[in-house]
Amino acid sequence: MINAQKLRQDFPILSRQIHGQPLVYLDNAATTQKPRAVIEALKRYYETTNANIHRGVHTLSEEATDQYEDVRAKVAQFINAPEHDPSQILFTRNATEAINLVARAWGGENLKPGDEILLTVMEHHSNLIPWYLIAKEKGARTVFVDIDEQGFLRMEEFKKKLTSRTKIVAVTHASNVLGTINPVAEIGKLAHDAGTLFLVDGAQSVPHLPMDVQKIGADFLAFSAHKMLGPTGVGVLYGRKELLEAMPPFLGGGEMISKVTLGEAAWNEVPWKYEAGTPNIADVIAFGAALDYLQEIGMETVQKHEQELVSYALRVLSALEEIVLYGPAKPEQRTGVVSFNVGTIHPHDISQILDSRGIAIRAGHHCAQPLMRRLNVVATARASFYLYNTPQEIDLLVEALKEARKFFGHVARTRT
Amino acid sequence: MLPEPELDDLYRDIILDHYRQPRNRGKLPKADLSGEGYNPLCGDEVTLQLIVDNGKVRQVMFEGRGCSISQASTSMMTEIIKGKTIAEVREMIELFKAMMTKDQPAAPELGDLEALEGVRKFPVRVKCATLAWNVLQDILKEVKSKK
Repeated sequence: MINAQKLRQDFPILSRQIHGQPLVYLDNAATTQKPRAVIEALKRYYETTNANIHRGVHTLSEEATDQYEDVRAKVAQFINAPEHDPSQILFTRNATEAINLVARAWGGENLKPGDEILLTVMEHHSNLIPWYLIAKEKGARTVFVDIDEQGFLRMEEFKKKLTSRTKIVAVTHASNVLGTINPVAEIGKLAHDAGTLFLVDGAQSVPHLPMDVQKIGADFLAFSAHKMLGPTGVGVLYGRKELLEAMPPFLGGGEMISKVTLGEAAWNEVPWKYEAGTPNIADVIAFGAALDYLQEIGMETVQKHEQELVSYALRVLSALEEIVLYGPAKPEQRTGVVSFNVGTIHPHDISQILDSRGIAIRAGHHCAQPLMRRLNVVATARASFYLYNTPQEIDLLVEALKEARKFFGHVARTRT
Repeated sequence: MLPEPELDDLYRDIILDHYRQPRNRGKLPKADLSGEGYNPLCGDEVTLQLIVDNGKVRQVMFEGRGCSISQASTSMMTEIIKGKTIAEVREMIELFKAMMTKDQPAAPELGDLEALEGVRKFPVRVKCATLAWNVLQDILKEVKSKK
């Protein structure tokens, strides 16, 4: 059980006032807040250890290298990478860059004209555009699996569209709009039985549930540190070792080479082959503190807490007049993301009213325009929860939504 | 209690009135000029149609989906440009954009549009207010090239 009230004290920003009212932060699918331990790790690094890594033969450089590489090992363990081998963990700028890396490095080498990339209509733009770009370049095609009325993938359609032309299946583990948790283990098995690779976009799942890349059969897994209490500017790509060893580099520069002559170069070993230039050392090290924080609580506990919140939210929100809720009805089939619309009020207007009461939600298309079109809406409002949120905050959300209805519903209103 | 002073700057009565009862909303069977705009930030869409007669805007209609600010701004815009010459409309666009993006006080010519001045305090919403005006500016470029 999470004692959210107690835990909130670890997050300095949560004591902030917005427009004179306590901050109610419900935009965690966009980014999460940072505990003091992460902020202090960042500060400590710059105050005591700052140096460039891997090259310097001096104490600071060795310490910084050790701390940076320790986090790689922590990540390998966190997602249960095979043999917890850290060389399968690459640091990028964010999940988007991690997917671009696979599309460029793997796709650039392996995709041929007529090959297919199997995606779904619920993907975030970050798991669409990298594929559009490489498909266009290589003459490959992108193919999409639809969702049903509840927001689940149509698995029969998936099976039909998974053919000998499919070279990679790239699917989000959890929708950033619907909250739907996709059956990734099943998809992974189907993909492998069909002889194709499987990339999982874990941006909305790794922060919220126990992750086991071996259990779900992911060949690649991408996620972002800032959505799981860590700093911005750090993404992770897990890749099966033999794939990473076979793929060509993504970016060229320092660190990623073993030998350079005039006009030629040999590549460094994985994972460093993929980390050209000075990486985001400080933020990676602070990400380690975020992983420690989450592990201390336990990801099963985190997931349970979010399910309780989402269960409560679905119950109280569905009682509101004119509300339309998107995504699966059962809390256990989703993450802590609740998208909705209220009557004809545009989500921007909802969000504005909520902000005036200190409540932060997201309004818009959530970088998932194909899904918006599929749902036949221009935008939705989205509340998303994390381990520090409480049912009281959901009550405040509901009260504010009632006010928004009143505000935009009444015809005449005198200016005070 | 709503509205707070700040929110009140944004959601002035006249804006909410245009949002709830948009003027000149619909589709013309035939138009001399038309164009559409899209705000990728929030998914607002606006389509504008104009009938120009003797250098004057004789008829104007709009369709679209969007937030109260974008829809009200479009509605108010259609009201104010009807009957004006193209030159006057262009002047109006300049004045409106100056008010929204250059921190200039509302010019008297803008009439009711003055109500949108408060949107400036909410920078992310400025694009909502200017969406239809950008579409109008774009489609009027055609007028010049036709001459």
